[in-house]
Amino acid sequence: MLKINNLHVKLEEEDKVILKGLTLHVPAGEVHAIMGPNGSGKSTLSYVLSGKGGYTVTAGSATLEGADLLEMEPEHRAAAGLFLAFQYPVEIPGVGNMTFLRTAVNAQRKTRGEPEMSAGEFLKVVRDKAKTLKIDAEMMKRPVNVGFSGGEKKRNEILQMAMLEPKMCILDETDSGLDVDAMKLVSDGVNALRAPGRSFLVITHYQRLLDHIKPDVVHIMADGRIIRTGGPELALEVEQNGYADILAQVQ
Amino acid sequence: MAMAALQQALAARIAGLDLPATGWLGPLRAEALARLSVQGLPGKRDEYWRYTDPAALNSATPPRASAFDSGGEAPVFDGIDRLKIVFVDGVFDAAASDDLALAGVEIDLLSRAMTADIHWAQGVYGRLEAAGQVPVNRPFAALNSAFAPEGVLIRVTGKAVKPISMIYHHKSDSSDAILHHCIKIETGADLTLLENGPAAARFNKVIEVDIADGGSFHHIRAQGRDHDRRAVTHVFARLAAKARFKSFTLTANGMLTRNEVVIDLQGSDSLAHVAGAALGDGAFHHDDTVFITHRAERCESRQVFKKVLKSGAVGVFQGKILVQQGAQKTDGYQLSQALLLDDDSQFLAKPELEIYADDVKCSHGSTTGAIDEEALFYLRARGVPRKTAESLLVLAFLAESIAEIDDAAIADDIRARLENWLARHDHSGAA
Ligand SMILES: Nc1ncnc2c1ncn2[C@@H]1O[C@H](COP(=O)(O)OP(=O)(O)OP(=O)(O)O)[C@@H](O)[C@H]1O
Ligand SMILES: [Mg+2]
Repeated sequence: MLKINNLHVKLEEEDKVILKGLTLHVPAGEVHAIMGPNGSGKSTLSYVLSGKGGYTVTAGSATLEGADLLEMEPEHRAAAGLFLAFQYPVEIPGVGNMTFLRTAVNAQRKTRGEPEMSAGEFLKVVRDKAKTLKIDAEMMKRPVNVGFSGGEKKRNEILQMAMLEPKMCILDETDSGLDVDAMKLVSDGVNALRAPGRSFLVITHYQRLLDHIKPDVVHIMADGRIIRTGGPELALEVEQNGYADILAQVQ
Repeated sequence: MAMAALQQALAARIAGLDLPATGWLGPLRAEALARLSVQGLPGKRDEYWRYTDPAALNSATPPRASAFDSGGEAPVFDGIDRLKIVFVDGVFDAAASDDLALAGVEIDLLSRAMTADIHWAQGVYGRLEAAGQVPVNRPFAALNSAFAPEGVLIRVTGKAVKPISMIYHHKSDSSDAILHHCIKIETGADLTLLENGPAAARFNKVIEVDIADGGSFHHIRAQGRDHDRRAVTHVFARLAAKARFKSFTLTANGMLTRNEVVIDLQGSDSLAHVAGAALGDGAFHHDDTVFITHRAERCESRQVFKKVLKSGAVGVFQGKILVQQGAQKTDGYQLSQALLLDDDSQFLAKPELEIYADDVKCSHGSTTGAIDEEALFYLRARGVPRKTAESLLVLAFLAESIAEIDDAAIADDIRARLENWLARHDHSGAA
């Protein structure tokens, strides 16, 4: 599904190099987790994959089902099936959450040459999904993420993911800011989407999320590279001992 | 300029104008001409014209301006049930207009009414304009009162069942139109006025609105999409107790537009909201100049002006809230914002508060900014194409001004125009 090979990325405006030869493959249907110290480049990776400006790829490649992601506009990456649940969802005053979501769903359908969703059908589906995520109707009427609590923003990301039905979902610290119940809700939302044709890349600092969303593979990222890859037990090791041992082994 | 030169410039400006000074209107026109003679035409040196060059408004003949080809797009307000009054280059077009008859409303043409000895408009015509000349000169309004050959006199005694809609077509490249409307809203009466179209190569328009106790006036205008046109417009409003005034103006294109709004809140508990959305690309200069005076207790005024500018377009906002002694519990709000779609455009703002009462709530804010790149990326990352995403963000920026339109169908219509404009003026170079 997602193949990243030897990816090198620096900031466009400065000489700061953030990703230093990152290689990572996520096969279809699998859930991979990335853990790693603050500042190791996890969010940068998610931004570069989804097409945010301000970064320069100096070497390497990233493909989604064989298509070169790095060549595509952000909206085309989304239509191709890539989704990023932002670590910090953006507030957009003046744009209604509902309008935004419907515009997004139909824009993707249009790009893929599929028929648009009717207003009625959309409303029904969105109400259904919002309800399972305990997002009330009043919140849907508000501008995108404006005045949402931290946890509400994260739930709103998952609602968008559920509506857009992407193939490759990247979740950047979706668990941060969630209370225990919300964590369960969000995890259930993610698990409901697990399917043979859909993959997940879950960026997190805590084992707790991985109790709910069971990963097939865990990667440890440090200083712009994947330095270790293992099974779910790797997350437990990090939880217990921190990164010191792993980092020491590598050096 | 020396005094003599100023007088000469004024003489040249008005040489070609007729002064139809008969009946009740005669003395009012003479007074207006006297005001104009004392003031003279404005120059770039005038503080009030610091950001806007009045040269094209001062010249004896107007610079040429061709009419915009809308390519068959339905005109704004097309679907709204309304009473239509049509002007072509400032001349009343009877054939294209509806019967000037509406329950609860008296409608006269200025050219027909002025020969009479007396008329209700005698208490309005030029009077609100004259009152609005203090403390700032508004010479083009005085010129208008002195020389307007045509206009509509509207007296509303009940709730008008449908809006009155003035449609200003522009056909001749050299037309120089002057229109003067007087509107009197009697106690508890209610009118919506729609205006659309560029009107002429050069257009000078004055509307005087006198609103009695509990009366309500709602005004929505779209100034037409001609690129070359020049326009100077004034709205003078006087509000008695519990009166309401709401105005929204859409301006897309236009080489020079100066819209002045002068509001006098004389009665307690009255409310005035003035809003505007202006979009310009290239040779566009748009000036909103607003002066609101609070004289009575518990009045609310609200100014919301938004401008979207690109490729060298210039936006100007001069807005003042003056709270007189005794106007306690005043609630005054003023917001002027520009969204610059590139580095070439500019926004010049001069917000002012002058307050002589101690128990008031007044706020003003002015900002200039670019499209929010973070928001743009967020939308695109969800699959919304760049153009659509930018359009959504621009409409979001304008939303607070559009919110001043009460009628949902009209607001939707205006929003659709804005979207179309944005689609035509794709801003791929947006920084
Ligand atoms: N636009 C930028 N300008 C300057 N520095 C940047 C920029 N983007 C990222 N960085 C730097 O790059 C490094 C990686 O940042 P990134 O946000 O990708 O880390 P992260 O692994 O997601 O961290 P966290 O766990 O704290 O979320 C950090 O040192 C960060 O300060
Ligand atoms: Mg991060």
